[in-house]
Amino acid sequence: MKYLDEFSDPDLAASLLEEIRQTVTQPWAIMEVCGGQTHTIIRNGIDQLLPEQVTLIHGPGCPVCVTPLETIDRALAIAARPDVIFCSFGDMIRVPGSSTDLFRIKSDGGDIRIVYSPLDAVRLAQANPDKQVVFFGIGFETTAPANAMTVTMAKQLGLTNFSLLVSHVLVPPAIRAIMDAPTRRVQGFLAAGHVCTVMGMSQYTTLVDEYHVPIVVTGFEPLDVLEGIRRVLVQLEAGRAELENAYARAVHPDGNPTAQAVVNEVFTTCDRAWRGIGVIPQSGWRLSDEYAEFDAELRFDVQAITAEESPLCRSGEVLQGLIKPNQCSAFGKECTPRKPLGAPMVSSEGACAAYYQFRRLDAEVSA
Amino acid sequence: MCLGVPGKVVEIWEADGTRMATVDFGGVRKEVCLAYVPDVVIGDYTIVHVGFALTKLDEKSALETLELFRSVGLLDEELGVSFDPR
Amino acid sequence: MSDGTTEYPDLENWSCPLPLRDHPQIVMGHGGGGRLSAELVQHLFLPAFDGTALAGTLQQLGDAAVIDLGGQRLAFSTDSYVVRPRFFPGGNVGDLAVNGTVNDVSMTGAQPIALSVGMILEEGMRLDELGRISESMGRAARLAGVSIVTGDTKVVDSGHGDGVFINTAGIGLVPAGLDLGPHRVRPGDSIIVSGAIGMHGIAVMSVREGLEFGSDIVTDSAPLNGLVQSLLGSGVDVHMMRDPTRGGVAASLNEIAATSRTGMQIVERSVPVPDDVRAACGFLGLDPLYVANEGKLIAFVAAADTELALATMRDHEYGREATLIGTVVEEHPGVVVAKTGIGGTRVVDLPLAEQLPRIC
Repeated sequence: MKYLDEFSDPDLAASLLEEIRQTVTQPWAIMEVCGGQTHTIIRNGIDQLLPEQVTLIHGPGCPVCVTPLETIDRALAIAARPDVIFCSFGDMIRVPGSSTDLFRIKSDGGDIRIVYSPLDAVRLAQANPDKQVVFFGIGFETTAPANAMTVTMAKQLGLTNFSLLVSHVLVPPAIRAIMDAPTRRVQGFLAAGHVCTVMGMSQYTTLVDEYHVPIVVTGFEPLDVLEGIRRVLVQLEAGRAELENAYARAVHPDGNPTAQAVVNEVFTTCDRAWRGIGVIPQSGWRLSDEYAEFDAELRFDVQAITAEESPLCRSGEVLQGLIKPNQCSAFGKECTPRKPLGAPMVSSEGACAAYYQFRRLDAEVSA
Repeated sequence: MCLGVPGKVVEIWEADGTRMATVDFGGVRKEVCLAYVPDVVIGDYTIVHVGFALTKLDEKSALETLELFRSVGLLDEELGVSFDPR
Repeated sequence: MSDGTTEYPDLENWSCPLPLRDHPQIVMGHGGGGRLSAELVQHLFLPAFDGTALAGTLQQLGDAAVIDLGGQRLAFSTDSYVVRPRFFPGGNVGDLAVNGTVNDVSMTGAQPIALSVGMILEEGMRLDELGRISESMGRAARLAGVSIVTGDTKVVDSGHGDGVFINTAGIGLVPAGLDLGPHRVRPGDSIIVSGAIGMHGIAVMSVREGLEFGSDIVTDSAPLNGLVQSLLGSGVDVHMMRDPTRGGVAASLNEIAATSRTGMQIVERSVPVPDDVRAACGFLGLDPLYVANEGKLIAFVAAADTELALATMRDHEYGREATLIGTVVEEHPGVVVAKTGIGGTRVVDLPLAEQLPRIC
């Protein structure tokens, strides 16, 4: 496939890996914040191919993982209602709340629909005027323009049976929180390419200057991720800290102004709790007052629902790279992918789930 | 959050005032909303995330990046560095 | 069922011998062919059926049972077909129901002889639809050379049956001296797939509500008994065969690795995937290794016979793209490892349940 296959070329990957090996002279810890990049790393075995001195720390880049437990519980409360058609991306279906999950609600008779695009939820609302259609609007900045458009469309179409359950999270505040932690280990970042496609790069200049940390805007194919890592390492070895764009084919420094305009109109910044980390100030988006009528939390009056995270969970430390997943006492015992206690075990992109699946085999393939 | 795939715009129309397109992903076609990429025309490649085109893919930039990757290997050869391709 | 002297299990005090995850009810994932399904079988069905099975037969999860009838060996398999939507590009639930059971029986090396068909129909289901499905079944059976010899029909209230559920059971005779199964899989064996994977699952997904997309991808549903007989007749030392349906190649390899207590190493670049299937998997975020197939088989053959096996299969209509994808190894028993496209390694785990499209 054009623009994909070329960026998975094994010979070019080998060149980049060799270049990385030639560059590194001491240990470095790099974090990728984006779940999509974590997926590429695990899927292709990139962390196994890198020289030993390079440690990849998988950041809190999976919106599924970081959706707070109480938001999940609120979603489940709404989804269980007989008058509701609850629409969601596939990623969220298995995420457990405090006592149940969407799978189980479906088996109890709940009308849960997996959709590819938020627009499908709007169409369902048009087609089912006697039902309340709710869309679970999670995601980082990448998904916000799409989620925002459901609301502008619903308003334009005069739909009274559509609402959005919003749980957006933002990358720059997360990077800030990670760098502010006194025990931080991360020395360089791969910034999420598609987040920057939307938001541009200006927010990251501030972070580079403030924390003197290299940040490279990186894509998602194997070569893109290797190149992002290479550029961070080159900077670290040279003692530089700059913002670079290694995904120029899809990222312009200003991002997508049209998308930003809609997002700024529909959403407003708020404090957001990140599962396993806690509240990061001004790190989320909620519906702005102008669009409050489409806020599912208000419409279904679920704001009183709160939840307690498990005291056993040490995901905050994992997400900052302070401990490895298997150093947590609950790892593999009270906490498994099927019965996760915290964010990084919830989704297959989460650090703990990835570790669990990998089982640290160090297998040599000779075929 | 970031599963965005490049595809080629093969058809464009308007629905309720919104620009929509058929995008071809290597033989598979999906309806995509072009509201956020007003400059994109038929024949352009775009990155699509959850049914929305987010940007026009810059072909020149893509080729430059690939060329950069290729030159990385050449430099190693010139310097007499050998590597195991697998 | 009752004769006054039979003891009935005390259902009120029944408790699961091993805790079934934490789902007191069946969820969709239990039908996905992955871990949840396996657990349902291991922890609910097997203990309940314990003692009823002829020695060892019930342990062959997912395979047809082979029963010794005093000299002759009968292969016996059953499967139920509940796919939604019922009609999808290239086929419908009817030909799936026939080919699926034909293939399960064929994997034992038996030539399938006869099928039973049980239909559960929803009140209000359209007769013309039922007609089309039945015609497809007849056509598929004729193509496969099997007879549909007995059947049953039940009708349930509207809103329960989703149109039609079909169960088929099939029998065949396993040739004398043929011994296939996980117990014969050993380190060094070649792992061969009969053709390109991922077609059926993607074809169905392309018309599934909420995920529809335009494509020319059609199901690969096909009867494999001819291909199997061809391979067995060629002199190749075949150790085992499996048709990778739900859960895809990944699920089958994991199950066999676990049962045979061997490890498996596959080379991702070798696994044949049609370009458009790869593209669809790309934008949905799916891995072709986990996508269902309905006209493919995986064969474990002695390493020395690899070339002959490939040539024989490629000579057959349903084996044209037969490819060597990996090897059985001694290391990491029970685990399937893949060498990735760029030379790294990753563990190909048993899927939890059905793969779902993702945004991450």
